[in-house]
Amino acid sequence: MNRVARAIFFWLVARPLVLLGIGLNVRHRERLPAGGPAVVVANHNSHLDTLVLMTLLPRRLLPVVRPVAAADYFLRNRLLAWFSLRIMGVIPIERRGRSPGADKPAAVGADPPAAVGADPLSAVGAALGRGEIVILFPEGSRGEPERLAELKSGISRLAERFPQVPVVPVFMHGLGKALPRGSMLPVPFFCDVFVGEPVPWSGDRKLFMQQLAAAMQALAGEGSFPAWD
Amino acid sequence: MGIAAASAPWLERLRAALAAVIGRLAPAVAWAVGGILVLLLAASAAVWLLGRLRPQADWTELRQRVRTWWVMAGVFVLALGLSRRVSLLFFALTSFLALKEYLSLIPTRRADRTVLLWAYLTIPVQYMWIDQGWYGMFIIFIPVYAFLLLPMRMVLIGETSGFLRAAGTLHWGLMATVFALSHVAFLLVLPPALNPHGAGPGLVLYLVFLTQFNDVAQYLWGKTLGRHKVIPKVSPGKTVEGLLGGLATTVTLACLLAPRLTPLTGGEALAAGVLIGLGGFIGDVVISALKRDLGIKDSGTLLPGHGGILDRIDSLTYTAPLFFHFFWYLHGPLVTRIQ
Repeated sequence: MNRVARAIFFWLVARPLVLLGIGLNVRHRERLPAGGPAVVVANHNSHLDTLVLMTLLPRRLLPVVRPVAAADYFLRNRLLAWFSLRIMGVIPIERRGRSPGADKPAAVGADPPAAVGADPLSAVGAALGRGEIVILFPEGSRGEPERLAELKSGISRLAERFPQVPVVPVFMHGLGKALPRGSMLPVPFFCDVFVGEPVPWSGDRKLFMQQLAAAMQALAGEGSFPAWD
Repeated sequence: MGIAAASAPWLERLRAALAAVIGRLAPAVAWAVGGILVLLLAASAAVWLLGRLRPQADWTELRQRVRTWWVMAGVFVLALGLSRRVSLLFFALTSFLALKEYLSLIPTRRADRTVLLWAYLTIPVQYMWIDQGWYGMFIIFIPVYAFLLLPMRMVLIGETSGFLRAAGTLHWGLMATVFALSHVAFLLVLPPALNPHGAGPGLVLYLVFLTQFNDVAQYLWGKTLGRHKVIPKVSPGKTVEGLLGGLATTVTLACLLAPRLTPLTGGEALAAGVLIGLGGFIGDVVISALKRDLGIKDSGTLLPGHGGILDRIDSLTYTAPLFFHFFWYLHGPLVTRIQ
């Protein structure tokens, strides 16, 4: 990760874009982690999601914020891989299958993600071990804009391994309107962000996933959103 | 020590810049700015006193509101004093934020994303006409050209379900947040000869200060004397006492300030006060009706203690065009040319 380039991108592009072009209405900002290690779990509607979460977190934490991103998408060419790894500081993971290369070709033309091993989340675990803040979208993909899809259970394995690390749920609305999947044209919309209390590790992976899903639904229920279809 | 020594030239430069800002304002306007400063200090003192007298009550929202007033007044005076271009950029930005807030609150159609982008693009164009001082274009661009263009763009997309609702809500939003608000900016670029007392900035200050002060006065009168509700279905907090007390306060101030900031005669100033007092009230309850329809309390969280930007400029969406055309009719360039 190139810290200088990252800071420049963040201050000159990401922050002005998010604060002026988008604009945030944040509820319960104080619940965001004040330091690492921590996991921020959010719903995924748009490429803007990560930029918004990075803008929201305290500025001094910028160097330790690591979004988890699908290797097959974000490392698919050299330029995107450079941007993802050096600027965004993503932790690339294999989206499908436990063994790398089983059903997905490795990134073409880019160095293969260093830490993709038997467990796709092992690199995430390593980051948490270093005290970093990991951003994770358990829906797995942006999917249909402004629709909450089923959460993938990988996050529960992380919680099991790091029961002390807070898992903070965040629900965002509006970014799927501003820049939905399949569109290159951003349209300004205010975005609502609801930050939840950390979901504690309950000792059971299934139960944890239920609690996380319930927390997300509860956050979504805090807002009333205009129709968009 | 090192820090203090290093920052001293900065402080000097800041002081010089502030002096330049004040120097750019006409003396009358500079005095008005001083008056606003005194009012803000009084508000802060009142909040501090309330906190002392009744420490058990929660004054957080009031405190936030006064603090946000300081910020808004500071940004507004700075925008007015720096340069004409900066002022216009400031008003364009206000329009942009208001339109963005509006479009985020109302139901929109997914198919119309591009159309909304075109709607946003009307903002730089509208303020460009104002920068050029092109009155004819300024006054028809949104209600004629934008209104003709946007439905055409929607038809090209071809989604007819909800077409009327989408076109209607978009146009209403453009009228309120771009067209109405841009009248404040056109006051600013009026030829200085029309207002020897403070030129454009004098008129802008007169309108914006009276509009905002009217809001506060109606609120304070309503809080202290309010008994009879004016329009309970839309805005249960609004009372006859608040409306009349605020109106009387605004008319008094309008008459007192007019000779210092505007060329309005005594009778005209009285009428302007009534226009701003009543217009401000109506603008306020119109946006209240919109929020009630959408089932929300505040239009946003941009201005702590106030709500969103629409909550703050709601009155201005009525007073700006009303006061502008009142002034244009009585003291506009057409009148001077004929005389």
